[in-house]
Amino acid sequence: MTDQEKILNEVTGSDYKFGFQTNIDTETIPKGLNEEVVRIISAKKEEPEWLTESRLKAFRHWQTLHMPDWAHLKIPEIDYQDIIYYAAPKQEAKYESMDEVDPELLDTFNRLGIPLEEQKQLAGVAVDAVMDSVSVKTTFQDILADKGIIFCSFSDAVKNHSDLIKKYMGSVVPYTDNYFAALNSAVFSDGSFCYIPKGVRCPMELSTYFRINAANTGQFERTLIVAEEDSYVSYLEGCTAPIRDENQLHAAIVEIVAMENAEVKYSTVQNWYPGNKEGKGGIYNFVTKRGICKGDNSKISWTQVETGSAVTWKYPSCILKGDNSVGEFYSVAVTNNYQQADTGTKMIHIGKNTRSTIISKGISAGKSQNSYRGLVKVLKGAENARNYSQCDSLLLGDKCGAHTFPYLEVNNRSAVVEHEATTSKIGEDQIFYCNQRGIDTENAISLIVNGYAKEVLNKLPMEFAVEAQKLLAITLEGSVG
Amino acid sequence: MLEIKDLKVNIEDKEILKGINLSVKAGEVHAIMGPNGSGKSTLASALAGRNYFNITHGKIIYEGKDLTELTPEDRAREGIFLGFQYPVEIPGVSMVNFLRTAINSMRKYRGQEPLPAGDFLKLMREKKKIVEIDSDLTNRSVNEGFSGGEKKKNEIFQMALLEPRLAILDETDSGLDIDALRIVSNGVNKLRSPENATIIITHYQRLLDYIVPDVVHVLYKGRIVKSGDKSLAKELEEHGYDWIKHEVDAHA
Repeated sequence: MTDQEKILNEVTGSDYKFGFQTNIDTETIPKGLNEEVVRIISAKKEEPEWLTESRLKAFRHWQTLHMPDWAHLKIPEIDYQDIIYYAAPKQEAKYESMDEVDPELLDTFNRLGIPLEEQKQLAGVAVDAVMDSVSVKTTFQDILADKGIIFCSFSDAVKNHSDLIKKYMGSVVPYTDNYFAALNSAVFSDGSFCYIPKGVRCPMELSTYFRINAANTGQFERTLIVAEEDSYVSYLEGCTAPIRDENQLHAAIVEIVAMENAEVKYSTVQNWYPGNKEGKGGIYNFVTKRGICKGDNSKISWTQVETGSAVTWKYPSCILKGDNSVGEFYSVAVTNNYQQADTGTKMIHIGKNTRSTIISKGISAGKSQNSYRGLVKVLKGAENARNYSQCDSLLLGDKCGAHTFPYLEVNNRSAVVEHEATTSKIGEDQIFYCNQRGIDTENAISLIVNGYAKEVLNKLPMEFAVEAQKLLAITLEGSVG
Repeated sequence: MLEIKDLKVNIEDKEILKGINLSVKAGEVHAIMGPNGSGKSTLASALAGRNYFNITHGKIIYEGKDLTELTPEDRAREGIFLGFQYPVEIPGVSMVNFLRTAINSMRKYRGQEPLPAGDFLKLMREKKKIVEIDSDLTNRSVNEGFSGGEKKKNEIFQMALLEPRLAILDETDSGLDIDALRIVSNGVNKLRSPENATIIITHYQRLLDYIVPDVVHVLYKGRIVKSGDKSLAKELEEHGYDWIKHEVDAHA
């Protein structure tokens, strides 16, 4: 065994650093899914009749569907009747101050390195922390309320802003969209809602930390962001999850609506439990994320750093409906051990002079499989549409795989679509060069990988970028090829 | 400072170095010359700790330590610097970030605190002057898009910054035009001191017009077949390697 191979095997030995479980009493309903369960979820959340009906419609549709099998993923059969579809921390009360929050929960956040207190003071980030399904703590409401910005849990929005929810929920990702969208629409538990009124620039980064905790509980989050004319918002989503053996199903929906001249930046750092080194356990992450640039000159930008989950199935997309609208997708997806990722984007050009940019950086290590899958579709009326796609793959070791599946559908002759793809290996030459300058192999890989992913990391808000760099280093600890 | 004793090195099953003996003292500059394929670069790599070959016999003693027991990074931290013949590109990693990581790794090894950012940048500015390197170059990614000459200047710049005790320059002159050669040589000369030593590996004599060696060795077929003072280099310049080859092969 060469040194490189030894180190390679060590990676596989590095344990998930954020693996711990919080003991908070959870109120759950029995396993399984049927109309009754859907009704219970809706009732527990005291939802209006129209929403209960909407859930049931989605559930009935879901029953007619089959799990998609086109992705480059090997997924063991999921028994949807063996999953608990609702769990809420028992303390239902909302808190006025941090002192009232369950100390164990605060400790959880502290161990994750994302203390709410510090964030309030240092980063100026309003955090709507989602612990399992019900939002526990909402901050900075006053500052936001001042500007007329609504940032609250999805359930609160259903209660207090039901007109907006009714108008926009499902308008970008209808329940008929796909298998997991239908499932989510039937059983979604909670999530976030964000509304930026006309002409308002949101003064802070909005963030939500998701965390899967109760054993055997699927997470079905729902996020809706609406940016009215001439508004701007930057939204952060980040998460880690505790170690466990059973696979956990996660099927989220994120919908973004951008009106004329509005801009929405959506950044994700995803670090859910990826399973152990034998590929056991880990989160199954099936996410439907889509934004629509509804108005002219609007812009939606997705940035994601994906390091976790056993299985990732995720294609944050943009529908470029308004003329001159802009869609962007910047992605770093890292897979290690037995992780599998099939991720990419869809850019649908409808309006004139619409532009889209796709920068995808895949990093594969261990025995993992990492696929980019992207669609660029230019409709007939999309005069002068432009797309630039760049898909790079970096391999660490020779037991992993990188795949690129670009799809192009161009129906307008004036469109210009460019696609570039590269595949490279971290070279022993690069590592030795670093070694010779006194840098050990671990740090060398961290340097090289972060350099490779720089274009994407630069798109992240500052505090997230630092976190993401650390994550890349932790995830790839010791992998060399 | 450096004592190489009967060093034999294999790449796969082929013996490349067949018993090298070399002794380098502090303050000395040694030139190792030889025709292509004689094992010059392998010797440089063996000193730096490249692991694609096996040391089958012999010893490398550096400052009283058995070098073969140290990892490449520890050798670097102990003061061994290799100027690469073909410096690799590391896209996206800025020179500043790279060198700061390097310097702080070495400081940590020596039990020193990391160098504050301000001090580091000041140090970089000072050292840049030695090799007349453009500011622009240090703002770019490591060697990315550098010309051949820029890469070599960058090696000497790194050497100036890291202040090694033993510098091994592997074919630093190859691919350099006359101006770059002058700059690189000046850099090396400025860094000469009674405390450190330099091993210059080269195919051509012309570098030695600029950097005057104390000892010249000729490496041929994995052995040092001749050693002498700087006049040996002149002789090689005039007569080529053939006369040595004949001499050696006749004995064999």
